Amino acid sequence: MTVSELERQHATTRALAEYADAPGALLPVLHAIQDALGYVPPASVDTVAERLNLSRADVHGVLSFYHDFRDAPPARHVIRLCRAEACQSMGGAALETALRKRLGLETSDHAANGSVMLVPAYCFGACACAPSATIDGILHGRLDGARLDELLHEMEILP
Amino acid sequence: MSAVSVFVPADAGALAVGAESVARAIAAQAAARNLSVSVVRNGSRGLYWLEPLVEVVIDGRRQAYGPVRERDVASLFDAGFLTRAAHPLALGPTEDIAYLRNQERLTFRRVGIIDPLSLADYLLHDGYAGLRRALELEPLVIVKAVTDSGLRGRGGAAFPTGIKWKTVADAQATQKYIVCNADEGDSGTFADRMLMEGDPCMLIEGMAIAGLAVGATKGFIYIRSEYPDAERVMRRAIDLCLAAGYLGDDILSSGRAFHLEVRRGAGAYICGEETSLLESLEGKRGQIRFKPPLPAHKGLFGQPTVVNNVISLASVPVILHQGAQFYAEYGRGRSRGTQPFQLAGNVKHGGLIEKAFGLTLGELIYDWGGGTASGRAVRTAQVGGPLGAYLPVAHFDTPLEYEAFTARSAMLGHGGVVVFDDSVDMAAMARFAMEFCAIESCGKCTPCRIGAVRGRELIEHIIAGRDVTRNLATLRDLCDTMISASLCALGGMAPFPVLSALEHFPQDFVRAGRDAA
Repeated sequence: MTVSELERQHATTRALAEYADAPGALLPVLHAIQDALGYVPPASVDTVAERLNLSRADVHGVLSFYHDFRDAPPARHVIRLCRAEACQSMGGAALETALRKRLGLETSDHAANGSVMLVPAYCFGACACAPSATIDGILHGRLDGARLDELLHEMEILP
Repeated sequence: MSAVSVFVPADAGALAVGAESVARAIAAQAAARNLSVSVVRNGSRGLYWLEPLVEVVIDGRRQAYGPVRERDVASLFDAGFLTRAAHPLALGPTEDIAYLRNQERLTFRRVGIIDPLSLADYLLHDGYAGLRRALELEPLVIVKAVTDSGLRGRGGAAFPTGIKWKTVADAQATQKYIVCNADEGDSGTFADRMLMEGDPCMLIEGMAIAGLAVGATKGFIYIRSEYPDAERVMRRAIDLCLAAGYLGDDILSSGRAFHLEVRRGAGAYICGEETSLLESLEGKRGQIRFKPPLPAHKGLFGQPTVVNNVISLASVPVILHQGAQFYAEYGRGRSRGTQPFQLAGNVKHGGLIEKAFGLTLGELIYDWGGGTASGRAVRTAQVGGPLGAYLPVAHFDTPLEYEAFTARSAMLGHGGVVVFDDSVDMAAMARFAMEFCAIESCGKCTPCRIGAVRGRELIEHIIAGRDVTRNLATLRDLCDTMISASLCALGGMAPFPVLSALEHFPQDFVRAGRDAA
């Protein structure tokens, strides 16, 4: 959900107050904004650029370079399924196909109603408990279709 | 009666398979039964197929139970697991588990044993003995000890750590930096994560020693965002060490300063490359830099900088404490010391195995790993992460050491081994190698930025059976260009998994073509 202008300003000001004077401050500032709001609103780019004495292009360039940063609000639930080799060796690709079918996300990574989105991930360091995924930031290993289903119900992603 | 100590790992891998609910259930059951239990959240012992691995101290020995699920906890209490090790999940004394007993743990000696956030526990297990020794030595004597130990960069490039330190020590500058590369992005690797979560003070100690050796007063630990637990533990450990005087303006009243800060990555594999990492720390896009100048001359903010992997830095306290000779006695050839190997993927007993260099790949996969998790035949193993070669079973006699792997056009890298069973489609894995390179390319050089995209397309054509012979030739030509002309290891090594798949498993590419025809 898009945040209010007041929330946005508040989060941006706080992030800058805490990190703007650190050397190489841009990533910590952007992380702090995204941690607070779930994304980095385009309107905050100007404020950050001005305070850090950077061009808007500099800030936009960094925002768009890193996979983690988002310029739009995430869905209510975010599932990150690991696509890397160790998880593939344990059936990660088949699990992704099944998950997409289960969530109706065969053709898009985002559910139309904003309830859930799939974001690819490349390794959570749980490679000896493959395949793994995070659901709303919580890491789960040794997944299979049944376990994933259980988790989707627990998290009320599926009714 | 004093409280019984029960260890339940808070390692991310253990948490991923339910350690948190097990810890909560143990506390709840103990309370309900009016038993005095002290739950310690340790790191993982690295026996991941047994996680969550619960340990209980009985008569001064740690007894293991695993894998424990939440629903097993009541029955453990019913069986009296706090006083005797009789339960179907009982594994006996932890130290007697062969997988653990047969290791040579130097860097991971405390991981899984201590409470990571108890400085008292760390000190009780020789913690900060290396730093105390280093404070008695001249900086160049510290550098010499690291050089003499034969330690080479554990991040994957295997550059001699002592030589890197000497370069920075010799450089003239008012500010120098120690940067710890904790951007452990290779699939199949988790040693850095385990160490940061299980023994964070050891990394802090290693970095402080590095600072003393080269004259750096400031350090950064760059941790990938996929490791939130490691980041949290490291931040808390730094606070603890700062409060106790192991960090700060006056380390142990020596008059020497060292400050440490944690920075979070933002989901870019390329930031594991040292110059990209430095750019990222400076708040820029993680694009690689031309070398020279080397980071040792002009690194972070243009100043002389040591960039070392977590395990390299964490190996240093042992070298200072027990001596270069002690460390160098492990290993073989030019690969000295121990390496934490990480066994992952489709393997029955996946986990962390710290051993002296020299064990063969086959021994690791069959003797330690017990073959595949699926029960099917092993077909291949990818060693050294997504840029590492796929080795066929015929090459499993390769000793796990740097030069032996190089001789087989492979690399040991950060020590990760991902096992695949015979259901693997190697043409699909080759395509993935190029796809991953395309996704993660920083875009600075053409061979990587464009080459990876074209590489994936070519492999897709081959899989679809289109003009197979000609596309195979083009693919090999493209790989050659990427290897010789890319600026860094991402574009320069992404072809290795592709070429190894082509060489050892050509039938998968031909079959792909024939099936499509």
